[in-house]
This record gives sequence, structure tokens and C-alpha cells, in this order.
Amino acid sequence: MLQLEGISRHFGGLPALDGVAFAVPRGRVTALIGPNGAGKSTLINCITGADQPTGGTVLFRGQNITGLPAHRVSRLGISRTFQNLRVFPRLSVLNNVLCGLTGEGGRSMIMAMLRLPALRHRERLLRLRAMEALDRYQLSDKATWPAAILAYGDRKRVELARATVSRPELLLLDEPVAGLNADETAAVGGQLKRLRASGHTILLVEHDMTLVMEIADQVVVLDSGRCIAAGTPTEVRRNPLVLEAYLGQTEACA
Amino acid sequence: MSGGRRGQLLYFIALHRTGLLVGLLAAALLVYPCLEDNPYTLGLTNLIAINGIIVLGLNLFIGYTGQISLGHAGFFALGAYGSAIATVTAGLPPWPAMALVAVLVGMIALVVGIPVLRLTGHYLAMATLGFNFVIHTVLLEWDEVTGGPSGFSGIPSLAVGQWAFDSEIRLHYLLWAVTMLCLLLSLNLVRSGVGRGLAALAGDETAAAALGVDTRLAKIKVFVLSAVLASLAGSLFAHSFGYLSPDSFGIFTSADLVTMVVIGGMGSIWGSLFGAGLITVLPEWVDLFETYKDFVHGTILVLVLMFLPQGLVSGLFDMIRIKIALRRRKNAAA
Repeated sequence: MLQLEGISRHFGGLPALDGVAFAVPRGRVTALIGPNGAGKSTLINCITGADQPTGGTVLFRGQNITGLPAHRVSRLGISRTFQNLRVFPRLSVLNNVLCGLTGEGGRSMIMAMLRLPALRHRERLLRLRAMEALDRYQLSDKATWPAAILAYGDRKRVELARATVSRPELLLLDEPVAGLNADETAAVGGQLKRLRASGHTILLVEHDMTLVMEIADQVVVLDSGRCIAAGTPTEVRRNPLVLEAYLGQTEACA
Repeated sequence: MSGGRRGQLLYFIALHRTGLLVGLLAAALLVYPCLEDNPYTLGLTNLIAINGIIVLGLNLFIGYTGQISLGHAGFFALGAYGSAIATVTAGLPPWPAMALVAVLVGMIALVVGIPVLRLTGHYLAMATLGFNFVIHTVLLEWDEVTGGPSGFSGIPSLAVGQWAFDSEIRLHYLLWAVTMLCLLLSLNLVRSGVGRGLAALAGDETAAAALGVDTRLAKIKVFVLSAVLASLAGSLFAHSFGYLSPDSFGIFTSADLVTMVVIGGMGSIWGSLFGAGLITVLPEWVDLFETYKDFVHGTILVLVLMFLPQGLVSGLFDMIRIKIALRRRKNAAA
């Protein structure tokens, strides 16, 4: 589904990503892990067009999408959440989620201003879909609340609902459970499993190893901008390079 | 039983609140000239209508795409002088001239907007201010076309057949009809998918782009739309008053327009009309404000931005909305 070939991103002389290459297979959950500063978020930004890689190729369903602007990438069916939450505080929860359907609401400003019956009908359908998404994430009773007053966990779910409401082919989640308690984490884990069961392809950046081990089909480990390991969760857990990256010298532990 | 009916009524009102408010305002405007026949007062409310048109467009630009323009008096001027020159100098009929000028101004806004909207913040403010300055200087200096500092006079009234819009009452109906139309179109726009994309853009440009909003194109489109509205307002202004002076189109007019947006509140369509109304009548209410107008407007601007950065009306509205939601949250928890 998604193929990364030799992705590099240099900030000045400093390489944040250095020849990262791996594939995200369709219908699977691929977890991207690595210590802080390994380049995980930079990689997500390079895939989604929020940032441009200085080298390498991003292929999505065989199509070269390297360097496309973010809105074009989004319209191809790649959706994402942000590590530092980016919900729209002034909009209601429902409108936040409806923003996730921007690509389907029609783009003509003149049509929007005329508000013809066809457009109203489409609006009603979008609203229904957004309400369904709110339902899935247990947010229905808060639909009219401004997002500004939501608790942190709720905001995370609003972002997840917004990213998934359009049924994207590829979902990039940047630390979806960071800052959540154990119950909330388990709930998000359940939702991710449901997303996978309904055919979504997921690339998950996460520090929470319990979650990663539980739901990932494949784990890719990034350290200092390089891909140091890849494989099933069990394989990666036994890999000495990974232990070293996380814990320092392995000899000390042995 | 009656509680259920009352609930239904409340639900109906909540569901159709926008349409009901528009209808209410339209009805009030219809009967207003019967209650108030002082031409001076009517002239003032007519001016509110004209400013309202510009502020509606400008608020879409400032409040919905999160940008700033200190140059909209420039587009207002282009519309006004464009209509004046097209009808008086070139002898075109007023209505087609108005449309033609609006299209031309839209094209100018496109040409100005494409490079200028790459800028943000202070730089964008300065660039648009510069644009206004250039237009104002041209109006003053190019006197064989614009009449220079002494102004442009003898602009004909608009007319439908023999029926000319030449009295304050007739103008009231014409101007407010156009303003209400613009209000309706703006309300439709912000309640659509396109409008949500714009609200997303104002909230967070990165997130909006990730949701598929072409942020650069959206900014340019709204900029052009707001310029076209300012141009229409300018044409109406020219035909209503029959006389134009460059003084009406300086950078302080642009600053006043931004003040109207800020009073009304970023992204509040209804607030736009309120802001236009307040800032238009303020100098008339109090003589002191007449003399120190710019000072007073500046003070209002600074105070609002310090204490309610979302704008006065929508800032207060947001506060109430959050209060209500917080109380509901507490009730839900209890």
C-alpha cells in the first residue's frame, strides 16, 4: 500500500532521516517505534506533505506522491492524526468531525453560497456519517460542545473520529494513546483493532509498547533517522540492536 | 402535553434559527422607513448597509481564513471610482457598469492576491496597506481621470426603468436588499462544507491542509470574493451619493473596516453587521467621537484584541456557549 524508498530529510547539515525504507502492507497495522528524536514524526510529516523529504521516494498504491502538498495527499485517501493535538477549539465536536469530510462536501464556493437542494441533501448525508463516527467513539452526547472544553482523552478521540470518518485507505496515527490512562488506552486499542478489521491500513507511531505488541502485525524500529530493525513484534523484541537503542549497552543488562 | 408542544416549538426555532433571524431582520428593515422618515437617519443606516457589505466579505477573509487585510478601502475605491468613470466618462449604463467593474476588481484582487497571500501576519498587513496607499495616491494625483483632491461629482442614480433610486427611502430598500442578499450568501457559505474548510483554515492551517483543504487556493478565493463585495459596495456608494472624494478611501477607512470586523468578531457573520452598524453610527452619536474618531476606534480595537481576541460579539458569544456547555457537562456528570 505504502512504499518508502530511501527517505532522507536533512535540516541544514543534520540528518533527521537517513535513507529510511520500508513498506506498509494493505490491511495491516504497522507500528513505527523508536526513541525520542529518532525521526518518527518527521517521517509522518514527509509522507503526508506537511514536510518535504530531501531525498527518496514515497509510493502510495504504486503512485509517486513524494513532495505533493498536504491537501493533495489527503485527497488521495491518506489521513492522519497529530502528536500534539490539532482539534479546532472553536468548532463544535460535530463540526470538527465534519471537517474530516471536507473532501466530499464539494469545493465550489459559488455552489456553497447558493445552497441548492442537492447540496443540502449532501450536507444531511455528511452529517449522518459524522454522527455515526461520533457514535463509534462515544462522543454523541458531546456533539454540540465546543471542542475547547473537552477533556484531553475526548480530544484525542475527536481527532481519531475526524481522521477516520472519511474511511481513508491509509491512516497515519502519531501517538494516539500518549497521555491517556490505562482504561482509555485499552479503549483506543479496541478501536484500532476494529479499524483494522474493517479493512483500514494503519501506520502507528507509538511509545506504548503494550499497545504496539498487542495490535501491530509488523514493527519497524527507527533510531537516529535510520531503520535499524523490522519484523513481527516478537522478532523485534528479541533484536539486540533494538534493545541497545532503547536501553543502551546490552552487555550491561546481560 | 403543553410541555411537549413547547419542546417542539423550541426545537423548530433551534433548527431554523438562521432562517428565522434573517426573516426577522428583513421584516424589521421593511417597516423601518415607516417609523423613521428623517432622511439624515436613513442616510446613516444606508451607510451601514454599504459598510455591512464590505465587512461581510472582509470578515470571511479575516475570520474564516485567518488572514489580515488593511487594504480593503482600496477595493472599495476601485468599485466606486470604477463605476463613476464607467458611467460618467465612458457613458455606460450603471447596472452593467457595476457588474463589469466588479469583475475587473476581482481580477485585480487575483493578481494582487497571488503574490501577496504568500505572506502572513505583519508582512501581509503591510503589503495590503501598501496596496491601499497606492490606490489612494492614484486617486489624488491622476486628476484628469479621478478629479483629484476635489473629487468626482455628477454620478447618476441607479434606476429601474423610470424609477430612480434617488431618495433616501428608495435607497434604503435597494441597499438593504443587496446587504441582505450578501448576508444570506455568506451564511450559506459558512454553513457548507467549503465554509467548514475555511473555519478549519482559520483554526489551524496545518490541520486544515491535512484534511484536504487547499489552503493557498482557499485564501486567494476568499480574498477575491471579499474584493468583489467591496467593489459592489463601492459602486452602490458612488451611485447613492453621486459624489466621491478620495478622503473616503484612505488607509484609515481600511483600519475602520478592520475595526468593524473585530467588533463584530472573527468569523461571526451576524457580528459583521453589528460591527458595521456600531462603528458607522458611533461618530454621529457623540460629538467627541467625531473629532477624535481615529483615536477612539484605535482604542476600541486595542481593548477588544487585548481582552477578547476573537472579537467583541463572537468573543462574548463563545464565552456564553462555553458556560452553557460546561454547565451541561457538570449536570451530565452529576
